[in-house]
Amino acid sequence: MTGRTPLALAVPAAVGLAFLVLPLVGLLARTPWSDLPARLAAPGVVEALRLSLGTATAATVVSVVLGVPLAWLLARRAFPGRRLVRALVTLPLVLPPVVGGVALLLVFGRRGLLGGWLESAFGITVPFTTTAVVLAETFVAMPFLVISVEGALRAANARYEEAAATLGATPWMAFRRVTLPLVAPGVAAGAVLCWARALGEFGATITFAGNFPGRTQTMPLAVYLALESDPAAAIVLSLLLLAVSVAILAGLRERWMSTP
Amino acid sequence: MKRSTVLGALALVLVASGCGGQSRPSSAAPGGTVTVLAAASLTESFTQLGKDFERANPGTHVTFSFGGSSTLAQQITAGAPADVFASASPANMKQVTDAGLAAGEPYTFARNQLVIAVAKGNPKRITGLADLTGPDVKVALCARAVPCGAATTKALDAAAVKLTPVTLEQDVKAALSKVRLGEVDAALVYRTDARAAAADVDGVEFPESAKAVNDYPIVALTKGSNPTGATAFVAYVRSQPAAAVLAGAGFQRP
Repeated sequence: MTGRTPLALAVPAAVGLAFLVLPLVGLLARTPWSDLPARLAAPGVVEALRLSLGTATAATVVSVVLGVPLAWLLARRAFPGRRLVRALVTLPLVLPPVVGGVALLLVFGRRGLLGGWLESAFGITVPFTTTAVVLAETFVAMPFLVISVEGALRAANARYEEAAATLGATPWMAFRRVTLPLVAPGVAAGAVLCWARALGEFGATITFAGNFPGRTQTMPLAVYLALESDPAAAIVLSLLLLAVSVAILAGLRERWMSTP
Repeated sequence: MKRSTVLGALALVLVASGCGGQSRPSSAAPGGTVTVLAAASLTESFTQLGKDFERANPGTHVTFSFGGSSTLAQQITAGAPADVFASASPANMKQVTDAGLAAGEPYTFARNQLVIAVAKGNPKRITGLADLTGPDVKVALCARAVPCGAATTKALDAAAVKLTPVTLEQDVKAALSKVRLGEVDAALVYRTDARAAAADVDGVEFPESAKAVNDYPIVALTKGSNPTGATAFVAYVRSQPAAAVLAGAGFQRP
């Protein structure tokens, strides 16, 4: 990029950045630095962090396994009702997460559409388990992955796949050997978005999975409850979550994405 | 669940207090908008009291923001525009008085006790705290950080019962809703909450709840935009007709 940056772009960009960063400054300004180590060593903190990282990663894996094929279907296959399906996929983005949590209870809960059957047939109860946390996070985060991957697929030229087909590749082989490498950066970007969204998930989790330390109490839930009694602890927890997620995202970016 | 309602209510509070400021009367008669921040467990009774108060004082409008007492106390100390604070715990009231935001001494207007909320008809035949420890009984409790959780800890200690809940909910209404949805078999909630949900749940009384009585203080706030209305509303909550409404909701008189 050469030449001067136009003021018409530089000013709103600076304001936008300040708006995004200022709350972080507020957090840092109020951090009780002196007793930070003691607070980080408090019981339950590491537990909540480990649970958060584990469930967000599991939710991202589920989202990739299910979401990439879904994105491919939306981008490459014309079928009746495709626009409706696309709207349905983005539904969790506009749905308040708490509503998503209630909806999940109405499906997987003891009296839910599938939950009752799961319990009587297999003895499986989903709510209040770590599995429920992963389900809640997948529900709210998978649309981010689907949208990114679908965008990448649409931008990728379908003629490479057609060429592969004329050379005798089956559609599955063309997808694996041609399409997937072509959209890999899109998948990676989508997975990062998805992971970040899952990590911050609060509403659906507390509604569907409840709150129990070590089992379903992720960092955002721990922050919320700490805020009820000890705001300083809530700030420390927020900072920890922020630092860990930024470190992981920055690390991944270096490794995966060769940004142009 | 609460986060969104609190945010919504806060927006309402901001709008409402704006109106209140403009229409504040110069005389001693209450008017304009009175913004009341009240504990979640007061939702039903205070909504009723608000209507009664408006009827008794034409031209006055009461806006409520219901939420966890600790959240409300934090909002007040952070400068949320409000005229009256009704807390489910003296500890949260103390945060507000310590910050010098209370106009006068808080007055304890009601007391509440815990009951065991169970599904209608009590299918698991729960008669006391000891029945909640069974392996096939799923229990929701309030988190220790909120008033109903503190009361729960006291009651369980008094009964020398150790139980492992499936979830520690962020407020009493959230714990109750898990019973109403059928996701847990029992929850420790206030008697008033169980009574308000009488269509879906039964409240099982237990003796140890007497060891964990919750006091509800109320106070007018100094930073509100409608001090006349605030004083009038607090006085109304202390009145005989209000006491009858509170008793009907299951509160005890202090």
